[in-house]
Amino acid sequence: MRTISLTINDQRITAPDGDSLLWAALDNGIYIPNLCSLRDKPGPAASCRLCFVEVEGLSQPVPACTQQVREGMVVNTKGLAALRLAGTAFELLMASEPVTCGACLANRNCELQKIARHLHLSLKPRHLKRLLHDLPVDDTNPQFSYDPNKCVLCGRCVWVSRQKAGGVFGFANRGFERVMTNFYNGPMGEISGQVCCECVAVCPTGALVLKDEKL
Amino acid sequence: MKGSAPAVIAAAFQELKSRAEPRWQELEDTTRSVILVGAATCGRAAGAREVLQALRNEVKKRNLDCPVIEVGCLGHCYAEPLVIIRKPGYPAICYGRVNTVIAEKLVRDFVLGDDPCYEFILGALEENDLIPSFTDFPRAGYEKKLILKNCGHIDPEQIDHYVGNGGYAALTKALQMEPVGIIEQVNKSGLRGRGGAGFPTGQKWQICRGAPGRLKYMICNADEGDPGAFMDRAILESDPHSVLEGMIIAAYAIGARQGYIYVRAEYPLAVHRVRLAIRQAKKQGLLGRNILGSRFSFDIRLFQGSGAFVCGEETALIASLEGGPGFPDYRPPYPATSGLHGRPTLINNVKTLATVGPIIQNGADWFADIGTEGSTGTAVFALAGKIVNTGLVEVPMGTTLRQVIFEVGSGIPDGKRFKAVQIGGPSGGCLPESALDLPIDFDSLREIGAMMGSGGMVVLDEDDCMVEIARFFQEFTQRESCGKCTPCRLGTKQMLEMLNEIVLGQSRMKVLETLARLAEDVKAASLCGLGKTAPNPVLTSLRYFRDEYEEHINRGCCRALMCQELIVYHILPDK
Repeated sequence: MRTISLTINDQRITAPDGDSLLWAALDNGIYIPNLCSLRDKPGPAASCRLCFVEVEGLSQPVPACTQQVREGMVVNTKGLAALRLAGTAFELLMASEPVTCGACLANRNCELQKIARHLHLSLKPRHLKRLLHDLPVDDTNPQFSYDPNKCVLCGRCVWVSRQKAGGVFGFANRGFERVMTNFYNGPMGEISGQVCCECVAVCPTGALVLKDEKL
Repeated sequence: MKGSAPAVIAAAFQELKSRAEPRWQELEDTTRSVILVGAATCGRAAGAREVLQALRNEVKKRNLDCPVIEVGCLGHCYAEPLVIIRKPGYPAICYGRVNTVIAEKLVRDFVLGDDPCYEFILGALEENDLIPSFTDFPRAGYEKKLILKNCGHIDPEQIDHYVGNGGYAALTKALQMEPVGIIEQVNKSGLRGRGGAGFPTGQKWQICRGAPGRLKYMICNADEGDPGAFMDRAILESDPHSVLEGMIIAAYAIGARQGYIYVRAEYPLAVHRVRLAIRQAKKQGLLGRNILGSRFSFDIRLFQGSGAFVCGEETALIASLEGGPGFPDYRPPYPATSGLHGRPTLINNVKTLATVGPIIQNGADWFADIGTEGSTGTAVFALAGKIVNTGLVEVPMGTTLRQVIFEVGSGIPDGKRFKAVQIGGPSGGCLPESALDLPIDFDSLREIGAMMGSGGMVVLDEDDCMVEIARFFQEFTQRESCGKCTPCRLGTKQMLEMLNEIVLGQSRMKVLETLARLAEDVKAASLCGLGKTAPNPVLTSLRYFRDEYEEHINRGCCRALMCQELIVYHILPDK
């Protein structure tokens, strides 16, 4: 396959033709915050709005996941305008997160903590209102537990479940009420059969946790 | 595809026209009276169906040879139900606010007798020596009816009326042209998309035509969802064939064989009339295989949307049409290159398509002469809110807001003071008095923070609180946000919560900075058009009416007395 060379933050890198800018950067060790992207998933969801970067020739910051690499592309992941948009998206997410890290099984292994460090932002944004969902934790499935309050609606588990487990997960409701749920929008315990571990493992936060890990 | 034998097409159309003519002549009959009743949704809501029935009963009772015909919306929605009577020896007279009693009286005294019932007259349709006509109204000097030409004058359920009044002639002409030539004409006309964003229509067609792939789709976006906007509904209900004609021409130009009209199910009358129009067009050989004897084949299906506001966005509309939930997707690729089922798809708004026929018929230069340089043609607005003449208006682009509101719309009722005009619905902005002399076009509106949107125009007076208006639209967009992307899902919710606190008088000045900053970020970071424009009402009201926000916060008062929590009652001891 043809390779493309481009510059990110003054560093020259190469990437396969057709690759997204986000994964070209991540594969070369340049971190760009992201939640809704997966390496194998073709076509981005472009829904978390965290991977904003500045591309030379474009007047506005763009999500790196929606850009295909182009020969000679010049990219800045540290531009103030891009970081501001990413920061706002992140703070909006955090304002609706419980942030109970000490009691969370994903502690130290959580994408949100990683992004906060990268963007130099607090896990508890000061200017925004706390808008929590206050939904019950669903512990009914024998394999995993699901805390919808911690879910960032990235859609990773939904995509993986559609690839490997016949699509047990999906979204329901609209706007602020949107949730990740199962086909019947009922308790996770009603899912018949096995849910593969991978569906649970892709969760970037502590929303989906395997029960084995818990023990 | 090469245009096929022009003679065959012209002959096929001639045959169609000669079949239609007698039905159309009935309306123009000079030997007997004809009664027209405006019975679009706006008329029906005011009681047009009862009036229609009363007229029919009375005509029957008195054994009169006088057809009573149902027509669409004339645009004078403030005076519904409207009845037009054409009687030999008189100009066509339009009566306003007709009820069943007046209807019976009109038949008795005017159709049968010779008293035109002056007290109920709204105006005559043409100039004459007897009765003041619509052309004497101040609005007549500003209106220019291109798209609304037929609305209220023909029976939308009779294809013969449309054809008899010059319909499908543009299609006949187009089918004798090369597709590229049509696109060239549309390009030259300067037509821009009437759905809101104002993208050059010809360019969109060109991209779609040039996109690789044999299978292409043509979609008419009739998912009108702005609160206070009803232009598309009125056109579909009053003149559905004009939209079909535009669609067929567009499909021929880009090389599509299948088309869809995406109408919201909340428009049952529009759905009914479009469905009927499609059936009639098929029967007359205007849809289906070998249209008008040409080598071009095209079919249209009607799809009913479930009323999600976001489905007016191209990618969400396609997702919904494909059978999935109506969630938007990132662009590019734009639908013109990869849309429905991954095929090149042209999506145009109802008004854009209704404009295509007149452009082909009269030529690009004729159209380009109307309006301003950057925005050619006319703009259709739905006037609503605190305005005397609510209804539909069509004016050339470049007409000022003041002319539309005070001349065409006759200003604010009850002697109240104008405060603002909310243009473009939840995606648009609130503009103050200082913007009234601004010529309205796509670019001027964007410059001052609003947008043309689909054409809703809600007029606000001194009794309206700008903070509450911003809050209302924020509540609307939050409810209609699909929730897919972070900034729109959570950003609109945060903004709504901040505005909720301000109208309750429980906020601090610092919040205004956060609100403005957040609004800008939501605008820049959202995935689709809904989120990208949702902050506009907040941003414009903050920009032009900041003093009202400050009053709510600092003094705990709402000058419009709209925010109930802030109203304080005092007892005056001396009274």
